[in-house]
Amino acid sequence: MADAVRIENLRKSFRLGFIPKTREILKDISFAVKEGEIFGYLGPNGAGKTTTIKCLLGLIHPDAGEISILGQPHFSYHARERLGFLPENPYFYDYLTGSEFLAFYADLFGLGRVEKAARIAGLLKLVGMERAAGLQLRKYSRGMLQRIGLAQALINDPRLVILDEPLGGMDPLGRKEIRDIIVRFRQEGKTVLFTSHILQDIEMICDHVAIIVGGRVVRQGALQDLVSEKVLFTEMTVAGLPPEAFHGLGENVSVQGDKVLLKVYEEGRVEAILSLVHDRRGRLVSLSPRTETLEDIFVETVSKQ
Amino acid sequence: MRKIAAIAGITFKEAKRDRVLYLLFFFAAVCIVAARVLAILTVGDRVKIIKDVGLASISVFGILMAVLIGTSLVYKEIDKKTIFTLLSKPLHRAQFILGKFLGLVLTLFIMTLFMSVIFLALVYAHTFRIEWPMLVAIGYIFLEMVLVTAVAVFFSTFSTPILSSIFSLSFVLIGHLSWGLELLIRKMRAGFGKSLARVLYVFLPDLENFNFKTEVVHGLPIPSSIFLYSFLYGLCYTAFILGLAVLVFRRRDFI
Repeated sequence: MADAVRIENLRKSFRLGFIPKTREILKDISFAVKEGEIFGYLGPNGAGKTTTIKCLLGLIHPDAGEISILGQPHFSYHARERLGFLPENPYFYDYLTGSEFLAFYADLFGLGRVEKAARIAGLLKLVGMERAAGLQLRKYSRGMLQRIGLAQALINDPRLVILDEPLGGMDPLGRKEIRDIIVRFRQEGKTVLFTSHILQDIEMICDHVAIIVGGRVVRQGALQDLVSEKVLFTEMTVAGLPPEAFHGLGENVSVQGDKVLLKVYEEGRVEAILSLVHDRRGRLVSLSPRTETLEDIFVETVSKQ
Repeated sequence: MRKIAAIAGITFKEAKRDRVLYLLFFFAAVCIVAARVLAILTVGDRVKIIKDVGLASISVFGILMAVLIGTSLVYKEIDKKTIFTLLSKPLHRAQFILGKFLGLVLTLFIMTLFMSVIFLALVYAHTFRIEWPMLVAIGYIFLEMVLVTAVAVFFSTFSTPILSSIFSLSFVLIGHLSWGLELLIRKMRAGFGKSLARVLYVFLPDLENFNFKTEVVHGLPIPSSIFLYSFLYGLCYTAFILGLAVLVFRRRDFI
């Protein structure tokens, strides 16, 4: 599969402050996004995620390195015609209505009148904003702005969609809807590159991830290769026995009424607790083994740096 | 061209919502109408006073509109980050600057039109005729506004609205005083000083090229070659400043 995005040895420094001091934001960033996949770009605040995206979009001139989009240099007109972008915390012209706003962006792609009307109607339906189409953007909530922002990113039916924190400010239902839309992109053969702080969402939908810390990509690869099936610990909730009964067997997390929540790190001790519950006529309420998650990998990677 | 028109359209929509524009228009209208009161109090040709004050009001308030609206609109796009989505589309930065500029010019054209209608109606009420040199004078005031708009857009590509306004108003001030350099060059002896003054005069704006108010008010003849020269001067200077704006804007990082 060809690369939809290829970034090689990207570097960027800024001179900031009243007495300008050079600060290196991106230090030799390299990664590639394959066509048709969903790629998650993660990192703590200030790691350089948005700066990388801005370099990719030509909003910031890199000091060094090469960037290509769908096989074209990133500054090329042709590359931009085939990509869509939703920025973090989008602010748009708030005096326009949802439909006027999308029509303006359609004009930037030179869409014809009929095609423009059809595309706008389709996108409003896709992002669930049909009823708010005639409302001025100033009256939109943050989640609604995020949805209409997503619609503008899709106005040209792009092959590559770049989303900077697309799930920020959304309620759980809205997050699910946006996640479903992103998954649908993959089915349509579109490539998605997105950044997010919400790691569960990334874990649910991404094929590949890259973790950036302090301006460097410190870990990258297919999600299934990064996240192992290893059980980290088992969470057990037991009722009818006092917390002291589990001394030395598991970590006592909380006590609610006669229920005790335990964190057990060794498999042998899980069985010991089960025997204890059986012998002393207690009751097992729940037992759930916790495997490694993307969040664990993220926390481990970031704290190592 | 369609993309430039789209940017110009959105700029016009945004500019016409600006309250500063209407405030300046209100004061311009008051000044134009006040010329009638001033004319009553003056001994001499009343129509001359109306024409003089009226044209000066259109010029002053038009320039203020160009500076105050021109310096804020590009900055707003950067400050409010709407520029991120715009420049990620297949839109050259030059197209963005040109669209912004044309949107502002359209706004100023409509404002000049309204101010001129009030002014011409007042003159017509006194003379029962509209003289074409007045229209020419208004046309050249508009050309000056166009140039000042380009200057305001140029400064706003790298500076805040307050600083850009100060720079643009300084440009206007220098532009109306630089004709003194021309007199100086004529009286200086040949040498380094004269060459320096010449170079300065070439680069500094001479906005008096667009000032035909005295000739119109006093009914003095204006050679047609001056019209053509002033027109070309305005056109070339505006293109030069817009070129500079594009150069600065192309190199800019949007953090």
